[in-house]
Amino acid sequence: MSADTVPVTGWGRTAPTAARLIRPRTYEEAAAAVRGCGARGSIPRGLGRAYGDAAQNAGGAVLDMTGLDRIHAIDADGGTVLCDAGVSLHRLMEVLLPLGWFVPVTPGTRYVTVGGAIGADIHGKNHHVSGSFARHVLSLELLTADGEIRTVGAGTPLFDATAGGMGLTGVILTATVRLQPVETSLMSVDTERARDLDDLMARLTAGDHRYRYSVAWIDLLARGAATGRAVLTRGDHAPLDALPARTRARRQPLAFRTSRFPPAPAFVPEGLLSRTTVGLFNELWYRKAPRASAGRLQRISTFFHPLDGVPHWNRIYGRGGFVQYQFVVGHGREDALRRIVRRISEHRCPSFLAVLKRFGDAGPGWLSFPVPGWTLALDIPAGLPGLGAFLDGLDEEVAAAGGRVYLAKDSRLRPELLAAMYPRLAEFRALRAELDPRGVFVSDLARRLHL
Amino acid sequence: MKDAFGTPQSLLVLGGTSEIALATARRLIARRTRTVWLAGRPSPALDAAAGQLRGLGAETHTVAFDALDPDSHEAVLGKVFAEGDVDMVLLAFGILGDQAHDEREPASAVRVAQTNYTGAVSAGLVSARALQAQGHGSLVVLSSVAGERARRANFIYGSSKAGLDAFAQGLGDALHGTGVHVMVVRPGFVRSRMTAGLEEAPFATTPEAVAGAIELGLRRRSETVWVPGALRVVMSALRHLPRAVFRRLPV
Repeated sequence: MSADTVPVTGWGRTAPTAARLIRPRTYEEAAAAVRGCGARGSIPRGLGRAYGDAAQNAGGAVLDMTGLDRIHAIDADGGTVLCDAGVSLHRLMEVLLPLGWFVPVTPGTRYVTVGGAIGADIHGKNHHVSGSFARHVLSLELLTADGEIRTVGAGTPLFDATAGGMGLTGVILTATVRLQPVETSLMSVDTERARDLDDLMARLTAGDHRYRYSVAWIDLLARGAATGRAVLTRGDHAPLDALPARTRARRQPLAFRTSRFPPAPAFVPEGLLSRTTVGLFNELWYRKAPRASAGRLQRISTFFHPLDGVPHWNRIYGRGGFVQYQFVVGHGREDALRRIVRRISEHRCPSFLAVLKRFGDAGPGWLSFPVPGWTLALDIPAGLPGLGAFLDGLDEEVAAAGGRVYLAKDSRLRPELLAAMYPRLAEFRALRAELDPRGVFVSDLARRLHL
Repeated sequence: MKDAFGTPQSLLVLGGTSEIALATARRLIARRTRTVWLAGRPSPALDAAAGQLRGLGAETHTVAFDALDPDSHEAVLGKVFAEGDVDMVLLAFGILGDQAHDEREPASAVRVAQTNYTGAVSAGLVSARALQAQGHGSLVVLSSVAGERARRANFIYGSSKAGLDAFAQGLGDALHGTGVHVMVVRPGFVRSRMTAGLEEAPFATTPEAVAGAIELGLRRRSETVWVPGALRVVMSALRHLPRAVFRRLPV
């Protein structure tokens, strides 16, 4: 078990703080680290894909859980896997796809750990059908503040506090996850363009039920009549008979193939992503998408994780880093969504990774993000003048519409708004106060938002 | 904790009646700052400043602090840090002195040096240690262009700021990688109580402008901030002037 004091940031590379980074290799080492973490507590960390300060702990201990990465058991008939929390979804895909199984939920990157997936209760393009990740977790083992390991089954209060609990109830050590059967490792994808936001919402509302996976890339720099124009990509796992005969894909239908480009350089000048460059990119991206195409075959990595092909892509924002803003507002609050999209477009936020999605039913997690409605996620360079006040304004709009922002992506929310956004916050705080009276588990996020 | 834009939630001001410090506090309270500690010699002005910040919605406390009594710094500042994390320390105390008078009375010249330099060394080191223990935070040090090159008209004040500036730069390097950020702010002539009655120098600025530059520097995690920014170039040129020429400049 090694420990170094190092500066730690989230994926957005803002607000670095120093912590002792401890990498336990056994459950006993993890328990010892929690018991001996000192006055400033500890927080588990996976692959560091949370954008903000969720897996940082200034002056305390950060438990890098990627050293605990064993897959213990796969039930290839029933479709479940029991693995350590430090196993990445990438690793699970490598192992499970050849057996005809896929992870139940994947976000826009497969470089997240199972522990992180539960802690943030992540969602993917199939949320409207499958819900968020924790819905597919049957049970987990949790290392709690007293240094004990508890088995936590789905449906218990501790499980619901842990799902989306941002690592603040304890360290997840293992989890049993229900899997999704697939015949091939390819996706069958339909693409269409939407000319504006209303057209986009109409298409998503009318057609989402026909697809397991659905997401729309939205051009937030388009103005006027084109405000909210978008490219929809929706699809499902391709069945075996959809693969053309006598091809490599048909002979090895379950092979997991990924593409890999050179990593982003370590130094990128500030301001590479400006309104001009992003505007140009968005224009090209929209134009290059087919007006309508159906049944195109794509690799899993191309469909779900296009950015994973470029290691360290977060460096393209320069050393100032970036902020990711993701919120959800309920069905019936399309007015709020329209207003927010118009405000973003008028503010000229240079955002080229903006996606809009329709969420299905909420999960049981007390601090779990998804609720039925519309979610919009966008990246913005942190150095954009006036960004802090601008996003505060959006928060007000989101909160007034009964919506919320996503804690796994947050790095700047005003703490006063949290209770309105997460009505079960009081229960969460009460459970933590009882389970962890000394505050052993704490993160920069928890300090900033008084979780 | 600071947010993604470097805005602190809690602020400790050393030199709680400084106009630059209060302008900065007002600006930060408008964003995220909810707790402010104003440290300074107890006075009606300090209480008034606290009252003003309370009116803006920040929970504001005053702390009796004397730059000239370094032996007390550990205890006084220790109490503040024991109350909770301090996201930003603004080292803002300093006196201008009266050059002509101080040249005649070495004892009062020493007072300028002790306040601006040795007092800051002590308070800076105490704060730095506390910030390092909490693993995060910014130490913002108000230096001055006067410290960049001492001039005939105010070299006593200038030399004290030169010492402070060098100290803060070194401290920043020592703390690199510890999560603590040290930022040296070098304003030019600032129109304030401290300079009332003095003849204005070129590139004169205001406490509000310095506060704006500090907020921007926090966001960028800058190590040096000049106010106004043009002084970086101007001072770089002045610094390289031969002594014989510099001496004759009407500055």
